[in-house]
Amino acid sequence: MVDLLGSVRGGRDVRPRRNPAGTPVRTYLRLAWTWCRAMAQYPASLVLMSLATSLGAIAEIGAVLVVYTHAGRLAGFDVHEGLLIAGLATTAFGCANMLMGSVESLGQHIRTGTLDAMLVRPVSPLVQMATDRFAPRRLGRILPAAGVTAYALAAAGIDWTPGRVLALTVFLVSGTAIACAIWVIGACLQFVLPDAREAAHSVTYGGQALVEYPLSVYSRGVVRAATFVVPLSFVSWQPALYLLGRPDPTGLPDALRLATPLVAVLLCALAAATWRFGLRHYRSTGS
Amino acid sequence: MRVYCAVAARGLRRYSTYRAAVAAGLFTNSVFGVINAMVLLALFAARPEINGYDAEDAVTQVFVAQGLIAVVAIMGSPLELGERIRTGAVATDLLRPVSLLGWWLADDLGRAAFHLVFRGIPVFAVGAFLFDLLIPTDPWRWAAVAVSIALATLVSFALRYLYELAGFWLMDTRGVQTVAGLLGPIAAGMLLPLPLFPAGVGEVLRLLPWASIVQLPAEVFLGKDTLPGGTVLSGLAVQAGWALALFAFAAWATSRATARVVVQGG
Repeated sequence: MVDLLGSVRGGRDVRPRRNPAGTPVRTYLRLAWTWCRAMAQYPASLVLMSLATSLGAIAEIGAVLVVYTHAGRLAGFDVHEGLLIAGLATTAFGCANMLMGSVESLGQHIRTGTLDAMLVRPVSPLVQMATDRFAPRRLGRILPAAGVTAYALAAAGIDWTPGRVLALTVFLVSGTAIACAIWVIGACLQFVLPDAREAAHSVTYGGQALVEYPLSVYSRGVVRAATFVVPLSFVSWQPALYLLGRPDPTGLPDALRLATPLVAVLLCALAAATWRFGLRHYRSTGS
Repeated sequence: MRVYCAVAARGLRRYSTYRAAVAAGLFTNSVFGVINAMVLLALFAARPEINGYDAEDAVTQVFVAQGLIAVVAIMGSPLELGERIRTGAVATDLLRPVSLLGWWLADDLGRAAFHLVFRGIPVFAVGAFLFDLLIPTDPWRWAAVAVSIALATLVSFALRYLYELAGFWLMDTRGVQTVAGLLGPIAAGMLLPLPLFPAGVGEVLRLLPWASIVQLPAEVFLGKDTLPGGTVLSGLAVQAGWALALFAFAAWATSRATARVVVQGG
């Protein structure tokens, strides 16, 4: 915006700093903390909802356990290897849901006009959207998932080398980043179809359900789609194959698993571009 | 009676407005159905029969469940009663010369009818196209399925009505909704068919009303003898029993709630 008044007053630059709230990360933390404090006003409710969220995650992993108990080995993977895959998937999607899950309310913000209010504030709209109604109860999902992952890492008989320890960290960050990017790209669909919130659930919650199991369970087409179209396989399947040191039973090259961090970077770039494109072409709902 | 029909018709028309939402939901339910079905097929490839269920039974139940998701609104309740209690708008509802329970039931049945035709049946058709499903050929079985789905809708409505009615005592029902939205689908047999659960857990979940929402309709559809009492008729009787009990409780709780309600501003 041109500071007309400033130039009238003698040309002194009185424009505010471009981002008075600080870097996006700091703004994010500050806004998220605000919501945490708001939620903490109802401590009983927060505790109960966190417990319920944990129970939901435990039940999902319990279902995986039930399947392996009946099957013994599922598509060549035993229960510990299976829990590792499920744990990595639930942890990554759990973290992404907490960090970016709120963006899926985009359609509602467009409908009610609150997106317009976000656009006039000097803070990135994506940060505002992601921290809107930030839900600390979602930690209740991450903790059991992380616990199961830790157990499976210990029990799956992994040959630990310094390289694998480093790789695990890289995989956890990449998996979360990929899941966050999928959430953002899925939400951008609502720039075009504000009612289609549920469609993105097929790749977010559906994506998690898909990669909770070894991909060799699915048909060839599904595996190819989950690797090259929506790169869900890099959230849990490819990392697990690397950690377990197993060849890819679906016939894809083994080197693919090394591309995990690259996929995460590319997908985040794509998500940023999609978000910008959507925002540029957004025209308010009118009066 | 005419007013309830009118309310039901408005409920139906209201949901028919959001076509993109219908298409999105249909797509998502189908994707979930395909994922669940493929996992269960891999499981049954390792073990052909588990507690009376085989691969075809399990995959059929997956698509019956995905077809019912929208009809019984198990993932979350679209009733607005709780929010209206919180804001006080429920005072307007109470001024109307119709029963609160009947009004919201009519509204929800209109919605359920719309979702059955435009989400339930298409999702099941997608499943039947992609997988080998067990589809009943006996017309009496189809009649039983229709009754069972209607009873599942009534049981699910009564439960969701009670969650929202809790707002008269709790003010904010989001906690109740979150818990119910997470645990309801598991207890109903949506996450996994109940016969696959560990023996004790499965038996207990079968005794709860949530089993009447997905598990029993799926077993009626399949004509399984795992139904309570072993026959389709006894299965329907259990569903009807839950519907009656929950409605009686809902009616009693409504009278208790409205007797003590104080709306802000007088």
